Amino acid sequence: MTQSLDAYLILSGLLFTIGTFGFLAKRNAIAMLMSIELMLNAVNLAIVAFGAFVPGLAAQGALIALFVMAVAAAEATVGLAIVIAIYRNRRTPLVDEYASMRE
Amino acid sequence: MALPQSVPFIGWAWDDLIFLLLAGMMLGAALMVVLGKDIIRAGLFLMLSFGALAGIYVLLGAPIVAAAQVLIYIGAIGVLILFAIMLTQTKSGSGKLTFHHQAWAGGLAAIVLALMLLFVVLSTDWPNVLDAPAAASTTAVATLLFTDYVFAFEVMGVLLLAAVIGGIFLAKREDSVDPGQRDADQPSILAPLEPRHAASRLRTRRSEASGAEPDQGRATIITGDEP
Repeated sequence: MTQSLDAYLILSGLLFTIGTFGFLAKRNAIAMLMSIELMLNAVNLAIVAFGAFVPGLAAQGALIALFVMAVAAAEATVGLAIVIAIYRNRRTPLVDEYASMRE
Repeated sequence: MALPQSVPFIGWAWDDLIFLLLAGMMLGAALMVVLGKDIIRAGLFLMLSFGALAGIYVLLGAPIVAAAQVLIYIGAIGVLILFAIMLTQTKSGSGKLTFHHQAWAGGLAAIVLALMLLFVVLSTDWPNVLDAPAAASTTAVATLLFTDYVFAFEVMGVLLLAAVIGGIFLAKREDSVDPGQRDADQPSILAPLEPRHAASRLRTRRSEASGAEPDQGRATIITGDEP
């Protein structure tokens, strides 16, 4: 019943949507980074699901998912370092107070 | 002991039951990440969501991806995020309003996106997909990684190295200790000296900040940096 490509893709889409909402609605920069991680996980799930259900692509799907994970690790490292560097200057993790470039 | 063919009393296949449990756990934890007020709890729920997703990867027949998910996401990124949360915690204000004032617009956009994705997935007839997920053998993945994708693998190593160097450069604070004096103390091994310097700097700053607003002084002590 649920073991079909559609079920996994719908699950991936719902997870991506939750991440999108968090990215748009949260004020805390680290919460926004967590939402980005949720979206990357959703994309990974879609990739692995396509790999598992399309004939002959299982190894490629798993491999591309591993590459996405490595890029996500690099992104998390640099993103959190940027957040900490900004926090050191501005004393707040809230993104709507990082408005000095607008003035 | 052999399990029965289907789940007792319900009649579903085991895969369906496990999929629904893991999917519910993953989506629920992700919702708690997004909707919760407490950011540390959000970080912990994020790790729970990653763990449930690792179970779904096993169900999809990709055990190497599940292992990497546990190692990289739960082990590395989760801990990194928790550390960053604890470094940027302030007592005043930040926990009061966790959403933007225009969060309703974000919710609207998310709902529209969800409906669009549902429509696209359900209305597409995927040509010649399998009925059950095919397992990705780890041997096949490794062979592919070190033959066809070896260049991407090397580039990934360089990217991770660049990310490490960039992260250290961005998060490094400018050292206010006079370099000449530090060289006189001990030229190469800074690690044993560093805590003492930091502690003395913190002490002087705390005495300076004692007249100021107490919350500001607290923030200074936590990070030990220029205000």
